[in-house]
Amino acid sequence: MSVISSVLLLAQEQPAAPPTQVEAPSVTAIWPILIVLGAACVSVLLEALLPRHLRWSSQVVLSLLTIAGAGLALVIYLKDAPVKGEVVLNGTLVVDRPGLFLWGTLLALSLGAVLLIADRSVEPGGAFVASAAIRPGTIQDRAQVASTGMQTEVFPLTLFALGGMMTFCVANDLLTMFVALEVLSLPLYLMCGLARRRRLLSQEAAVKYFLLGAFASAFFLYGVALLYGYSGSVRMSDIASAAAGSDRSDTLLFAGMGLLVVGLLFKASVGPFHTWTPDVYQGAPTPVTAFMGACTKVAAFGGILRVLQVAFQSTQWEWRGVLWGVAIVSMVIGAVLGLTQTDVKRMIAYSSVAHAGFLLIGAIALTQKGLSGTLFYLLTYGFTTLAAFGVISLVRDSSGEATHLSQWAGLAKRSPLLAGVFTFLLLALAGIPLTSGFVGKFVVFEAALSDGMGPLVVIALIASAVAAFFYLRVIVLMYFSEPAADGPTVTVPGAFTTAAITLGVLVTLLLGVAPAFALDWAGSGAFAIQ
Amino acid sequence: MTTSGAHSWLLAALLLVPLLGAVVVTALRGNDHTAKLAALAFSVAEFVLAIVSWVNFQPGGDRLQQGFSLTWIPSFGVHISFAVDGIALVMIAVIGLLVPLVIGAGWVDKLPEGRTKGGFFALILLEQALTVGVFAATDVFLFYVLFEIMLIPMYFLIGSYGGARRQYAAVKFFLYSFLGGLIMLASVIGCYSMAVDELGAGTFDWAKLVQVVHDAPLSTQIWLFFGFFIAFAVKAPLVPLHTWLPDATAEAPIGVAVLLVGILDKVGTFGFLRYLLPMFPDASKELAPLVLVLAVAGVVYGSLLATGQRDMKRFLAYVSIAHFGFIALGIFSFSSQSLTGSVTYMVNHSIATGMLILVVGMVIARGGGSTRVADYGGMAKLTPLLGGVLLIAGLSTLSLPGTNSFVSEFLVLIGSFPNAPVYTTIATVGMIFAALYVLWLYQRIMQGPLRGDALLPGVPSAETPGTDGSGAVLTAQAATGTKKIVDLDTREKLVLAPLILLVVGLGLYPKPVLDTVTPTVDATMCQAALVDPVQPAERQVQCR
Repeated sequence: MSVISSVLLLAQEQPAAPPTQVEAPSVTAIWPILIVLGAACVSVLLEALLPRHLRWSSQVVLSLLTIAGAGLALVIYLKDAPVKGEVVLNGTLVVDRPGLFLWGTLLALSLGAVLLIADRSVEPGGAFVASAAIRPGTIQDRAQVASTGMQTEVFPLTLFALGGMMTFCVANDLLTMFVALEVLSLPLYLMCGLARRRRLLSQEAAVKYFLLGAFASAFFLYGVALLYGYSGSVRMSDIASAAAGSDRSDTLLFAGMGLLVVGLLFKASVGPFHTWTPDVYQGAPTPVTAFMGACTKVAAFGGILRVLQVAFQSTQWEWRGVLWGVAIVSMVIGAVLGLTQTDVKRMIAYSSVAHAGFLLIGAIALTQKGLSGTLFYLLTYGFTTLAAFGVISLVRDSSGEATHLSQWAGLAKRSPLLAGVFTFLLLALAGIPLTSGFVGKFVVFEAALSDGMGPLVVIALIASAVAAFFYLRVIVLMYFSEPAADGPTVTVPGAFTTAAITLGVLVTLLLGVAPAFALDWAGSGAFAIQ
Repeated sequence: MTTSGAHSWLLAALLLVPLLGAVVVTALRGNDHTAKLAALAFSVAEFVLAIVSWVNFQPGGDRLQQGFSLTWIPSFGVHISFAVDGIALVMIAVIGLLVPLVIGAGWVDKLPEGRTKGGFFALILLEQALTVGVFAATDVFLFYVLFEIMLIPMYFLIGSYGGARRQYAAVKFFLYSFLGGLIMLASVIGCYSMAVDELGAGTFDWAKLVQVVHDAPLSTQIWLFFGFFIAFAVKAPLVPLHTWLPDATAEAPIGVAVLLVGILDKVGTFGFLRYLLPMFPDASKELAPLVLVLAVAGVVYGSLLATGQRDMKRFLAYVSIAHFGFIALGIFSFSSQSLTGSVTYMVNHSIATGMLILVVGMVIARGGGSTRVADYGGMAKLTPLLGGVLLIAGLSTLSLPGTNSFVSEFLVLIGSFPNAPVYTTIATVGMIFAALYVLWLYQRIMQGPLRGDALLPGVPSAETPGTDGSGAVLTAQAATGTKKIVDLDTREKLVLAPLILLVVGLGLYPKPVLDTVTPTVDATMCQAALVDPVQPAERQVQCR
């Protein structure tokens, strides 16, 4: 904490930023954030004041209303939002077109995630433990297995994380970004440890995520400090102008940038900073994995895009080679290690590492096309992943989710619908045409190619082909193998999970067949640099 | 929606009828019999439409006819546009012909447990719709999309309905094609980027892209060429990218093998003609020796392996690899005769090899599913008609004069010789081998004393004294009583009759096909700025 407070101190001492537009704070732009964070606080109060049996229902209603309300506020603001973006709260936040697109994506994805989190039909009582404080394996723990209650604190945690993500995407200075990073991360660490089944695995995942995440935060913060030392400001536009025309030591700039980007790449689970991803994806309750896999990725890449395009645009020729390498490593790790996985959740985790590599390609194409392509890719990837985890949560045996691949053999015979849906999602992840995954890959690769990254695109295409193999393997298992005698059963999902999966599948199909409107929206404006 | 030329509804119908058929047949799959009849009805309707489309096609008219176009993704200039030229038209007609026959041939086949005939035929109809789309697409993006989607029904056709090692074969097939397609995607994007630079706005329209790309510097052309070439060389398997085909053919059900070899693989050679030559003329000329080496290697390698095959289905795959070598030889020899030869070869190969595969499938069905050549012998004694049609299919495969394949093989060789004498000379070796492997196969299966585990289960093979012909048949059948091998039934005769007619008919009178494809071939020659080495006096081609 001392680090944080010293930096905060440092921020207060900073020379007054360039003549800031000290005007009446325009709140309309940030209504969505205010709604989400405000509701998160209300949600905590509900947790404290309501009797236990009322909590679940009121929390679900509150969360869904919040997301809907924030979405509505976003739509209302969109109508007369300035194309160039708007700086609010004394320059700490900048609400511009890409930021608004990311907000929309985050809100839509979190709607699906909240539906998955709220579901109590798939697992009686929900995927979350009734009382997380009871130590796993004790007598009390065995006693609570039968209870159908759940730790409803997961709802305020989700809302806080969502608020953090939204702030993260529109932060105009690195310090705000850091605070947002912590606001989004800390709830996620907790949520990972709340699984009802396999609690030790879940808690291990939480600890691992927390420790490695804390490291990443430290890297980020150290990077911020060095960049402050270099430019005398934590504002991204100031760093950009300092880097553009100065004879100051580049060591500080690039050391700072390196550390900063490592922190961001960790959150985005880009290889080789991905080591937490498989364990956490596997251990966390599946709805939380869905939330993490979809929303964290969006927020983290939103941050990466903004940092690279706003702060480090002018120095791209110095650092681009390094990120080329990182993108290649990420794609190779994701595609090759994905081949060896025997657990569906771990497989999707490695697939997310490979996808992070593809996204990074779009992110380092510092053009308008690169920006819009990456934004579109995030949208498509988020929905596909969300629905995929929704489907994974349905295949169960007596000990909970049956995530081992061998248990999925012959699933198409038992449940053709589920197998069909999952096949569609896997094909989307593989990037087969007529799914959103293909259009996403296409726009990103097109942007990269026109920005002179031909070799990288070829490597990415080969990595896609390798990755296609492990998606295919699951399809082969489901369709062409004989089912095991004591195989898992497919739970008929309740309304919430059905709605979440349907949402994901429909968007995946829609963006594959008619992507025009989303492409237009993603390409409607650049980052505001002010 | 904009239409170009009359009768664009025909093309729309050609795309929609099999698609609708797939939906209807899926819905009816609970009842095998209705589903089968519905599938047959839709495929016959599609064939009729293809014929109507052919009748309405004006060979002397525009290059692309019966077209229509819808906007799909405006921000990338992507359209859903379809139109046919002569080559696409004949291929669509061949698809229309083969699918009902395949459905007829698969009428009573046993499927793996838990699979329905309806599901099987629905996938075939879906595959048909997609392949028609691939041949008719005039938007390169759309072409790519269909090129990749086309893999999925085929993947399930092989993986769900195939033989023992079907999983392996299906995945191998998919990955080869998918990787090839992805490399093509890089080139497609590359062409698009060039269009953005030159025209200011991106387009995927084939005709416009040809204009943009075909003047590009040689080095650029070579890169883009390779992207397309690898995808097409995987599809129309050229050595060394062919290894998926023997596995896929061996594991696929017979009808699917017909579609695979007869139609799907033609997308590759079609791509050579439609995309490589017009878009990258300089690169095509520069790299022609490479392609010719691969083509001739395919001819020799395919012929040798076909001769040495002990498995009938793998035999068919290697025969096709040899034939695709011939087609590629003709295309990259750059004369109008050789190009015309290659296009007719595509048609005739589908008919001749399609028939050969169907007949071999009938042999295998009678032999209890065994695909080993050694399990058969002297079968013509039991099934004289089947022996006869195998001989006809075989003779067409070896390009006997009077059969359809002779016309195309002759055109390819005579057209290729002036530009590529050495390669052509080596390729003629393939003709000699063709006689060897076809007649040898026929001899081993049909002639000699009745023998083999598939025909006479439990009876030791030919070496046993006393088995010298029909006497043994009767005793063996009487003794075991387990097997009854009958000759062709009415359904099988109906399936084979159109093919026999075409084998002979197109052998004696190939004019309809030649007339349809020649203008398109000439247009391709013009686009690629190719000049005939030997210009027949009466044929002066005017480039439009």
